[in-house]
Amino acid sequence: MLKGWALRAPGILTSLKNGEPNKAEGFLQCAHCKKIIFSVDFEQNLSVCPYCGHHHRLSASKRIEITFDPGSFIEADQELTSLNPLDFPEYAEKLAAAVDKQDANDSLTSGMAMLDGVSVAVGVADFHFMGGSMGSVNGEKITRTLERAADSGSPAIIFCASGGARMQEGLLSLMQMAKTTAAAQRCSRAGVPYLAVFTDPTMAGVLASYASVADVILAEPKALVGFAGLRVSKQAGVGKVPDDFQTAEFAFNHGMIDRIVPRKEMRTTLIQLTRMLGGIRKDV
Amino acid sequence: MSKTHKEWERPLVELEDNILKLKELAKKEQDLNKKGLLEARIADYETRRDRYVEVMYANLGPWEKTLVARADRRPYTLDYVQAIFHNFIELQGDRCGFTDHAIVGGPAMLDGRGVMVVGHQKGRSIQERQLRNFGYARPEGYRKANRLFEMAERFRLPVITFIDTPGADAGIEAEARGISEAIAASIFKMFELTVPSISVIIGEGGSGGAIGIAASNKVLMLEHSIYSVIAPEGCASILWRQSERGADAAKALKLTAQSALEFDLIDEIVTEPKGGAHRDWPEISANVKAAILTNLSLLDKSNPEEINQDRYSRFRRMGVYNDALGV
Repeated sequence: MLKGWALRAPGILTSLKNGEPNKAEGFLQCAHCKKIIFSVDFEQNLSVCPYCGHHHRLSASKRIEITFDPGSFIEADQELTSLNPLDFPEYAEKLAAAVDKQDANDSLTSGMAMLDGVSVAVGVADFHFMGGSMGSVNGEKITRTLERAADSGSPAIIFCASGGARMQEGLLSLMQMAKTTAAAQRCSRAGVPYLAVFTDPTMAGVLASYASVADVILAEPKALVGFAGLRVSKQAGVGKVPDDFQTAEFAFNHGMIDRIVPRKEMRTTLIQLTRMLGGIRKDV
Repeated sequence: MSKTHKEWERPLVELEDNILKLKELAKKEQDLNKKGLLEARIADYETRRDRYVEVMYANLGPWEKTLVARADRRPYTLDYVQAIFHNFIELQGDRCGFTDHAIVGGPAMLDGRGVMVVGHQKGRSIQERQLRNFGYARPEGYRKANRLFEMAERFRLPVITFIDTPGADAGIEAEARGISEAIAASIFKMFELTVPSISVIIGEGGSGGAIGIAASNKVLMLEHSIYSVIAPEGCASILWRQSERGADAAKALKLTAQSALEFDLIDEIVTEPKGGAHRDWPEISANVKAAILTNLSLLDKSNPEEINQDRYSRFRRMGVYNDALGV
């Protein structure tokens, strides 16, 4: 929703040669520490800079690939596409551009997957698609993911990455906060675990709804986590802004996050948690 | 484009001030002849005022409604509480070390039955505005609300909430104490309730801060109130990098009660007196009370589990998208 934070988290890697995002083998520059990385190393390190440890943003498909059992993900709800119910200026164009560029229908990918043989309901947000913003489609997919978990008994795992509610769908977007939180309540009532992972960035309307009511909240190191854009917070607040303000570490130190988990350990941590909290192993 | 309600209504307010002054004069005047002349002039001014009110409020645009919704003479939560309920006892504290005055709440009597009232509260004097943090509720406000909702459930009290906030507090301390978690937990709690809940948007329904206590079975909006995902000024500053284009953003955001009803996101619009709620507190209070009672008696027909399910279904259907499968 607010754009201030985008400037604080330069997560874009470009190849040195032509400034184009890297596709094949080559050299990359970490946007955080500016060191040069061989793309194969970068890939093997799960898009974490081997020098400074900066966790670069992942696409939804990459996240699914590195988290769940190979080939186990079955996408659902991909038929849902956004409309422009408010006839909001420039929304249709922005949406079309995002669909075209990201080759996806929305900022959220949902479905079922296996996590070390345990069936899980999955939702993965992609910040590259309109800032991961939550409009009607995103909210519906989150809701369906949590309902699928509640109905099937499979734990829900949601990777958050969002600037907040999607302004262009107005009040409909605000209502997604209530709708998704209601679904989380249904999951809780059914006794099905719901795990949320805050990735860079997890903000505003998403943070103030379904993301913050998960049974367990994990976060990637240094992910931006906050309610309003930094500019707004500065205006509203008196006193000095702490250096780590609105980072996963700040939220962790104030008791809002259970654990900060490096990307390399995320899969293992999720496996252990789903096992202990009630995931049912389906095969082996 | 006027920036405040005061500015927008200035001609009208000046006219009203003059009428008051003339009335004072007429009261003091001994000479019957002169008194008659004064009274004729008052009558003329009043006719003009009525016509002016009618014209100004006949077709309020989204931006004018934003200004009216924010008007400082508009009744606030505690004004409605005083007019509609009896024996309201304010309860305070989040039991975690803090207290907030931008959200008020407590049990009260509504036509002989106990209810739990929770609402945002703005201030009028400079001191009260500061005390109320200009209506920007802090985490402890939502935690108090959460506690009162739970108490309402335990003692089977219907929940009535009043929404009137520019947004939740976004400051450093609010962030440190988990404003997002407090809002989310409050919404979550509202979906656990098996007692009926009704929310009334009386002024500004400002984004997350508003929905934090507005996840109810029935959501009503006053005719000139607004309900929005983002403040129009904030939206304008993101879209066009010009916060002064609030009027354009207000239009784009479709933040009026009429639009919200069109999209089926609210259940009812409560009619305001001619010239807005601030012109006639008793009338708007009576209208709000009547609307609450009607909706409460509708909800009284359902059992606790139905109430809970009804609330879920109400929000579950919200969203406009294309489902290619046509399901």
